[in-house]
Order: sequence, then structure tokens, then C-alpha cells
Amino acid sequence: MEWVFFGLFGVLALVGSVGVVVSRNAVHSALFLLVNFAATALLFLVLGAQFLALAQVLVYAGAIVVLFIFVVMLVGNETVDDFVARERPWLRWAAVGFFLVFIAVAGYSLVMSGWEAAKGLADYGAVERVGAVLYREYLLPFELASVILLAAMIGAIILAARTRPPLGRPEE
Amino acid sequence: MIPLSWYLAVAAILFVIGFYGVLSRRNAIAILMGIELMLNAVNLNLVAFWRYTQPDQVAGQVFAIIVITVAAAEAAVGLALFIALYRLRGTVHIDEIDLLRG
Repeated sequence: MEWVFFGLFGVLALVGSVGVVVSRNAVHSALFLLVNFAATALLFLVLGAQFLALAQVLVYAGAIVVLFIFVVMLVGNETVDDFVARERPWLRWAAVGFFLVFIAVAGYSLVMSGWEAAKGLADYGAVERVGAVLYREYLLPFELASVILLAAMIGAIILAARTRPPLGRPEE
Repeated sequence: MIPLSWYLAVAAILFVIGFYGVLSRRNAIAILMGIELMLNAVNLNLVAFWRYTQPDQVAGQVFAIIVITVAAAEAAVGLALFIALYRLRGTVHIDEIDLLRG
């Protein structure tokens, strides 16, 4: 049963990520990103991390994908679907090369390492448990993360909300 | 139970697909999507290692939560930068953005 779910959601995540990379329309890319995030959340559920699955759906699928779609809408889709790197075609082959090397190294290390599954999982992914640990043992990183979020929020507002005449536009 | 290597393999493939997206795309928004894919793959790795090696410690999940937070902050700032850039130059095509070129 676990294999069925793992296979289904893993293939869904891979299909979503491939769709993000190859689709020429940026809105389609964002929707494929949504598929990938949802499938990853389901994989978290298979792994027993319920709270993370919830956070994944809320933050990634809810907030980030909507943000992407908004920005694609604001910037304009017609300027977005420029997929082919015509000026530097070698860059794509470099990417394929990195892909193959990474897969080879990762595959080798995965085959050579004998990871055993841990026994006796006592519902440690539940929201209650994660919350207790997060607020007791990891309070400082948690608060630092909130400071990061605040800084990002202020920075995003300052960057995006400034209304001034365009500077530095090249003379044409 | 599924061996840990399968999760790690899926995460590795997701990571390199995101990396391929970062390198092959010329549109800044699409590059940011590739970065999000990579961060997501890292999260999957962290959770899988948590589940298989130390399920009685929640540290792996806390790490993944911090990564999600940073990813959200990065997406917000990055997309705000692209909006400011689009306002300034009228494009988010990274080959045409050469403000720092002397």
C-alpha cells in the first residue's frame, strides 16, 4: 500500500517538476509547480510528517504559487515564454551534463549505502509534538525565522511599492 | 517499508530538474521557480532522513520548516525585485539586464 502511494506521488512530483522546466507558458509552469508542491506534501504524509504536509500546502501551494501567478500576470505573459537560450546554447548542455553527473554520483552513493528503516515510529510528525518541540527546544531559530519573514516583508514592500519615473532606461 | 534510497533518488531527480530549470531558462521568474523546486527537493531529503534515521527527534522537521520559511522569504523578495526590474527596464529576460556592465 505504501509502495502504491509512494509511486503515485513520486511520479506526480516528477511530472510536475518536468512540466515546470519544459512548459513554454509561465502560467503553465506555475500550475505545474503547484502539482509538484502538492505531490511533495502527499509524500510528506506518506513519511508521517503531517504538520509539514500541512505547512507545505499552506505556504508553498497556497502562498508562493499564488505569488508567482500574480507576478506573471503583472509582468505580462507575452514577455515570459522565452524558453530557448539562443545566445548561449551550450548552457543547456552544461545543465544536462550536471544532471547526469549528479544522478550518477547520487545513484552510486544510494546503491552503496545500506540505509535501514528506523523502527517504532510513535507519531512524531503530529502537529502537537512538532509544535511542542518547536516552541521549547527550537525557540530561537523559530523567532529568527520570524525576523527573516519580517525583513523579507518590509523589503518586498519597499522594492515593489516604490513609484518613481524609470531611471537608467537606455536611450533608443 | 520503502527503502530510504527511493526517497533520496526522487529528491535527487527533483533537485537536478530544478537545477536544469535554473540553467536553461532565460526568464527570471522561471529561474525562481527552478530554485523553489530545488529547495523543495532538499525538504524532501530532510524529511526522509528524519523519518528513517531519527524519528524520535523532530530536528529534521524543524530544519524543513526553517527551509520553507526561507523559501517563502526568498520568493517574496525575488518577485518584488522582478517587479521593480520590470518597472525599470520593461523586461525580466536576464540576458537583457546588464545594469552593472561597465
